[in-house]
Amino acid sequence: MPQHIPVVENILSANDRLALENQAELDAAGVFAVNIMASPGAGKTSLIEHTVRGLAGKLRLGMINGDVATSLDADRAQAAGAVAIQINTGGDCHLDAVMVHSALLKLNLTEFDLLIIENVGNLICPASFKLGTHKSVLVASIPEGDDKPYKYPGMYRGVDAVVINKIDLLPYVPFRMDYFKQGIAALNPGVTQFELSCRTGEGLPAWLAWIQNQVQDYRNTRS
Amino acid sequence: MHELAVTQSVLDIALRHAGEQNARRITDLYLVLGQWSSIVDDSVQFYWDIISAGTIAQGATLHFRRVPAELVCLDCGQVYQPTGEELICPQCAGTRLRLRQGDELQLEAIDIE
Repeated sequence: MPQHIPVVENILSANDRLALENQAELDAAGVFAVNIMASPGAGKTSLIEHTVRGLAGKLRLGMINGDVATSLDADRAQAAGAVAIQINTGGDCHLDAVMVHSALLKLNLTEFDLLIIENVGNLICPASFKLGTHKSVLVASIPEGDDKPYKYPGMYRGVDAVVINKIDLLPYVPFRMDYFKQGIAALNPGVTQFELSCRTGEGLPAWLAWIQNQVQDYRNTRS
Repeated sequence: MHELAVTQSVLDIALRHAGEQNARRITDLYLVLGQWSSIVDDSVQFYWDIISAGTIAQGATLHFRRVPAELVCLDCGQVYQPTGEELICPQCAGTRLRLRQGDELQLEAIDIE
């Protein structure tokens, strides 16, 4: 006898549940975690290098780098002074809560104030998989073009801050900042934004101040 | 691109529910996918045929219900379905919008024997 069984479950609910467990582990150790997402080449690793250097002596920083192969990014973060764990996703286009969970086990979380998770370069898949971080940040860059918010609404909709990198290239690339920002505003009204250049250093202090404030706010809500 | 992970989750959820009912076979699965969920039906079907093999869900039919994206203008309340790069309210030209539906990624029901 055929039977119709209502299920009504979010398909990625298992990932969502594990993401909550990850966050509980982070909270138990008092570590504020950020998920950094971007397309390949937007400057995630460069921004992280500057962040590690800029916060040296102020915050104890841990890193998890997700990449399809190689440990080049983790090596760069480590060279800049962070404790870094590399996850090779073996072809997967995103990090998920399971991968982050296994990486968390390799870190002594009580040694850190801030954990930065560098996701796989991709504007689609990472948006669907929660990791358990407290905030997520999208790094966009001028050469990618001003139409990206319109093409990747899922990514632009779900983040807490957008960093617009490579503004030093604005004179050389056709990029309508108004059009780009209108897309962001439509999808994510009021989201925090930074315009900066990892190459020249312009705009970096505001980003560094924001990250430090986020960690401070996190501590305040917990004490 | 992440359809393999999504399809694996669909199979896990379906097998769990079927197991609770002591089903012998899963014959149909009903999926709800929002227009903005970034999931391609054909890819899910492709992975499904591979990963469901050897389980009680082998050969089951996947039914896809697509939910169009629907935006609400936060300034005037207008609801509309964007078709392209229309992130501007067609009524008041407002640019602060909220997605009301269209990001669903759900297994709604299964048929079992």
